[in-house]
Amino acid sequence: MGAVAVRAAPYLLSLPALLLFAGVVVAPLVMTVLLSFHDWGQYKGIEPVFILKNWKEVLTDSYFHEMFWRTFRIAFFVTLLAALFGAPEAYILNRMRSPWRGLFLLVILGPLLISVVARTLGWALLFGGNSGLVNKALMSAGLISAPLPFMFTETGVVVALAHVLMPYMVLAVWAALQRLDPQIENAAVALGAGPFTVLRRIVLPQVMPGILSGAIIVFALAASAFATPAIIGGRRLKVASTLAYDEFLNTLNWPLGAAVAVLLLVALVAIVVGASRLVERRYAQVFG
Amino acid sequence: MSKNGPLALAYHTLFVTFMLAPILVVCWVAFTPEGFLSFPTDNWSLRWFYAIARYPEFVSAFWRSLWLGALSSAIAVAVSVPAALAIARYRFPGREAMTTLFMSPLMIPHIVLGIAFLRFFTQIGLGGTFVGLVLAHIVIVLPFALRLTLASAIGLDRAIEHAAVSLGASEWVVLRRITLPLVLPGLASGWALAFINSFDEVTMTVFIAAPGTETLPVRMFLYIQDNIDPLVTSVSACVIAITVAALVVMDRAYGLEKLLVGRGVDGR
Repeated sequence: MGAVAVRAAPYLLSLPALLLFAGVVVAPLVMTVLLSFHDWGQYKGIEPVFILKNWKEVLTDSYFHEMFWRTFRIAFFVTLLAALFGAPEAYILNRMRSPWRGLFLLVILGPLLISVVARTLGWALLFGGNSGLVNKALMSAGLISAPLPFMFTETGVVVALAHVLMPYMVLAVWAALQRLDPQIENAAVALGAGPFTVLRRIVLPQVMPGILSGAIIVFALAASAFATPAIIGGRRLKVASTLAYDEFLNTLNWPLGAAVAVLLLVALVAIVVGASRLVERRYAQVFG
Repeated sequence: MSKNGPLALAYHTLFVTFMLAPILVVCWVAFTPEGFLSFPTDNWSLRWFYAIARYPEFVSAFWRSLWLGALSSAIAVAVSVPAALAIARYRFPGREAMTTLFMSPLMIPHIVLGIAFLRFFTQIGLGGTFVGLVLAHIVIVLPFALRLTLASAIGLDRAIEHAAVSLGASEWVVLRRITLPLVLPGLASGWALAFINSFDEVTMTVFIAAPGTETLPVRMFLYIQDNIDPLVTSVSACVIAITVAALVVMDRAYGLEKLLVGRGVDGR
């Protein structure tokens, strides 16, 4: 092989994938961005002109403000629930003995691969009206006195989404725990630290990068989730993804739907990249 | 390593209940003998499982999902192998950018991809076609296929290949007899993970599937949007059973943790 052939080899090997991505990922995304600048009318359809009408509407109309605010509020609470409940579970899981550890890891991570429609259907059945099982359980546990509305509410969407995305958090914290040196914990115990001191001063600071990277994944997936908010939230409780779906398949105002989707993408990329940078900078100092 | 206390085990029990409750509830309701949604207690019936056969939309959507998943995952693996070899073996300008590009479908929300594909396929005349579905699914499952093929390409011992070359094997023979058999377990698990992701995908597919090309999750989703009845719970119970079976096989064969955590170049 000549030097030129060697230099070209990796590009030739990646050529099929590169062509595929140029044609089926980059081109459609560019077209969608362009679409968001097109005009649309009830009778004239899509007009390929370059105007800022959709962007002005999405950025100034209070309806869209409220909808985006709701989307990110739901994503925030989902992330909070996942971190609050998923991180301790990963820790408990990590301390289990051999057969149980593998079994429960399968039980907790497995739902990740089960159809999100089936899982959300399960929550719709559990919430189902005032006689739903969740309300019965909460009432018999004495936690609430009257049934809470879950169906078609933000609370319901948050609970169901937290369930759908929980495995990602457990997975991220689990991965961080695998890198932890148990000798440090033992050293702390030998030096007289109680179990809570060990947790707070030794374990938590070391798994924090795992919790934060899990939080970034869960937040991004929660803010762009579609099936769960569509089924649990119903037609009235709109988030960015269900609104974009409506504009595309019901109202048929594609340019406006494209603007909503592009804005969601840009906001998410900004949040994810920004948060990742912050986490990296914060922990680069700790771990070098 | 210290043991979990009773408090930790109580928490663990609650957590596992939370994770399993919605899945078990679907399977439970599926066995109702009634014509409406109810939790069967003393009477169990398979009537809603038989009812699936009388609803051809679900059956044909199931087969379509199966073919779509198998085909798009196979093509995704085939495209991934040379790309993974390039990324694993060469240092070249644009290597990082290329890897990021191939992994990008994991980062871009599926709702955005769905919209982009809808616009694109409508423009080029592939709107609502099976070919369009295959193209879109190849792209969204490629990161999973690439991640696992890449892991096995990086883990490959080059000394074996060098030994084959020194014994007089041609490049083609080395590829066919040494390299491919060595990365085969990675390819198989990459295909399996890609298949499951294709089989479950709903958010993107709901945009590009037309009434004749709906996949099973899309059909289920659209059905639930109209009404929730025992039929959709029995369909869901079948989907859950199939996924659990595949999950157990994959866990035995490869280890679920390795499959999900992965060991790509960027640690994802």
